[in-house]
Amino acid sequence: MATDVKSHPLVVSVSPHVRDEESIAKIMWTVNFALLPAFIMSVYYFGPRAVYVTGLCILTAVLSEHLFQKGLNRKITSTDGSAFLTGLLLGMNLPPSVPFYIPIVGSLVAVVITKMLFGGLGYNIFNPALVGRAFLLISWPKLMTIWSTPTAQFLAMDAKTTATPLGILKEEGAVKLMEVFGDKMSLYSHLLLGNRAGSIGETSAIALLIGAAILIYKKYITWHIPFSFLGTVAVAAWIFGGKGGLFTGDPVIHLLSGGLMLGAFFMATDYVTCPTIKKGQIIFGIGCGAITMLIRLKGGFPEGVMFAILLMNCFAPLIDRGVAPKMFGAVKKKEEKK
Amino acid sequence: MSKVATFERGIHPKYNKELSSGKSITPAKLPQRVVIPLSQHIGAPAKCEVKIGDEVKKGQVIGSPAGFVSSPVHSSISGKVIAIADFPTAVGRLVPSVVIESDGKDEAVSFKENPNYMNLSADEIKAAIKDAGIVGMGGAAFPTNVKLSPPKEKPIDTVILNGAECEPYLTADHRLMVERPKDVVEGLKIIMRSLGVNKGYIGIEENKPDAIAAIKSAASGESSIEVHTLEIKYPQGAEKMLIKAIKNREVPSKGLPMDVGVVVQNIGTAIAIYEAVRFGKPLIERVVTVTGRGIKEPRNMMVRVGTLLSDVIDQCGGLVEGAVKVISGGPMMGFAQWTLDVPVTKGTSGILVLSEEEYVSSEEYFACIRCGRCVDVCPMGLNPSMLSILIEKGHYEEAKDYNLYDCFECGSCAYVCPAKRPMVQFMRLAKSQVKP
Repeated sequence: MATDVKSHPLVVSVSPHVRDEESIAKIMWTVNFALLPAFIMSVYYFGPRAVYVTGLCILTAVLSEHLFQKGLNRKITSTDGSAFLTGLLLGMNLPPSVPFYIPIVGSLVAVVITKMLFGGLGYNIFNPALVGRAFLLISWPKLMTIWSTPTAQFLAMDAKTTATPLGILKEEGAVKLMEVFGDKMSLYSHLLLGNRAGSIGETSAIALLIGAAILIYKKYITWHIPFSFLGTVAVAAWIFGGKGGLFTGDPVIHLLSGGLMLGAFFMATDYVTCPTIKKGQIIFGIGCGAITMLIRLKGGFPEGVMFAILLMNCFAPLIDRGVAPKMFGAVKKKEEKK
Repeated sequence: MSKVATFERGIHPKYNKELSSGKSITPAKLPQRVVIPLSQHIGAPAKCEVKIGDEVKKGQVIGSPAGFVSSPVHSSISGKVIAIADFPTAVGRLVPSVVIESDGKDEAVSFKENPNYMNLSADEIKAAIKDAGIVGMGGAAFPTNVKLSPPKEKPIDTVILNGAECEPYLTADHRLMVERPKDVVEGLKIIMRSLGVNKGYIGIEENKPDAIAAIKSAASGESSIEVHTLEIKYPQGAEKMLIKAIKNREVPSKGLPMDVGVVVQNIGTAIAIYEAVRFGKPLIERVVTVTGRGIKEPRNMMVRVGTLLSDVIDQCGGLVEGAVKVISGGPMMGFAQWTLDVPVTKGTSGILVLSEEEYVSSEEYFACIRCGRCVDVCPMGLNPSMLSILIEKGHYEEAKDYNLYDCFECGSCAYVCPAKRPMVQFMRLAKSQVKP
């Protein structure tokens, strides 16, 4: 008989019986792919060192997750693209000139301490790549702030060092910055393309925006965090960023320099460490923007994106508790109680 | 152009309705044997009124209601009672059931006809509906006469017929609206009369243009009936979502549609009501969509209550090689079957057979990465992510603070979850551990 169940063992599981095609691995690999344009630009400007440093980060991240899970007899998830992404992001956040033990140590801190010891993907409180970078910056402050001049010549290994635009802005002011880059338009175009000193993958704003557009189109990220983050930075830079008093700052310089684009689109939006509720994400973005500008304008570092995101990571669960989604039928229930 | 109404959030699964949406309703073969559960409805199981060896006719009462929220059960064929015992049903419980072997004659008891049914009083209508054993045929199977008898302090001003049929694959209501639109409208008028309501709506999703046209033309002379086109979105057919879409009223948390003056009925139920009040016909058969890529010939069939799933599946050419899952109901809220020897009941809207290519294995799941997709789709505005994390850790009481009991298990959160978490399972587990 056609309906003989013995020849057709049936699967029994709870509803729903259909699911859409998204998966953690698909999301993670898409984010990795979206970082490709920025990575290509970094190789163009910083040469093979960009590949070596980032490659070491990725290799260490994937390998350490794999060995950790294997050693503890846990489910192996090292191929889901998440460890790869942590490595890639950390690599893109390092100066191109760091010695090779730096990416290895950073990746170990990011994956083993920040992610695996907290329970693995989904349980970490802080963005792993950023903790890795923060650890490196605090442990090797000198090595982590030596910036190579972009050469745009693939094999030019005699990388000269220079200061980042934000470094110049902090130490010597906007006038000096204009002198270095010529005029305002030239400065902007250098910042947009990525022809400036900085971390490997943070310099090309336009390449990062292309990647961000892919993620927004795929609905993997929404506007809430990046736009509130960037918006806050722009407004704060305009109001407080100028030497000539309030409302004289240049928001464009602040938007396009440092790790802001990379941070706002690719790291503050990390699902695990940002709020789940959209309203909360706006608060989170504003917080990130405010802390970033506080550090850039008043703090001891020229750049504040990393610490801003890490600090706001702490508040993500709290924010989620405060901004529950609007429940269906909730308003009328309250009225009834009265 | 009528406006397209909807609710907030929700999902857009693949509908796959084309497998059966063009197939006219055809009668199933007279079953040789039926297993009729005495509890096919929410409420007290019916009291058995027959014993082994009794001869019964089609439409004869074999179980009488055992309380206010209960419903009579009728024989769906003529023949002899050969067993009365507990049998498994499609929702996975053992239920006392009456097994009747057909005598092949299909003789019916005489039904009490009412040609002037629109002159009946509300109480007479409700009595006819109760005697016919009518329950909600969308799946929940709540006794209809009880739903039509709201308490005095909850005045009803609106009746909505649910023609959304938002579950993927299912086309039973769709075919009924296309083939019997007049009966649908008459059913709605009877429901409105029983409640003393003069405003009726029929909501139909946009993907059924032929049904919308048929119902609109059938209702064209009725000034009190409005046909609304609904956006194609799951779970548009959930009562609360439907009321929001059509009347922009929000049923309060933990409340019922009657709290906002609305009664919602299913399309199949409306036709059953018409047949019961007009012809005195009890609910002994229903339209079942037999579909999915795991069945050879998808069809819409008129099936006698008590017919075994295996019997129905055989009439549709049987299972294809590689059929892996048989579901009673739709893919979003239906029940997976471990055996095909369970009967079609009053609430069985479909038999869905998924093939290997359609079936998504979800045995392995991961930790919540808090991507928030579930929050973005939950029609009730809950935080399924947080609920699932709390429940996973056994914090059931705290899950209540996150409005666990407002979840009606539509499965939208599980559908979109990239970590493939068994969200509905979590919710049911927690609900079994803490009282509302």
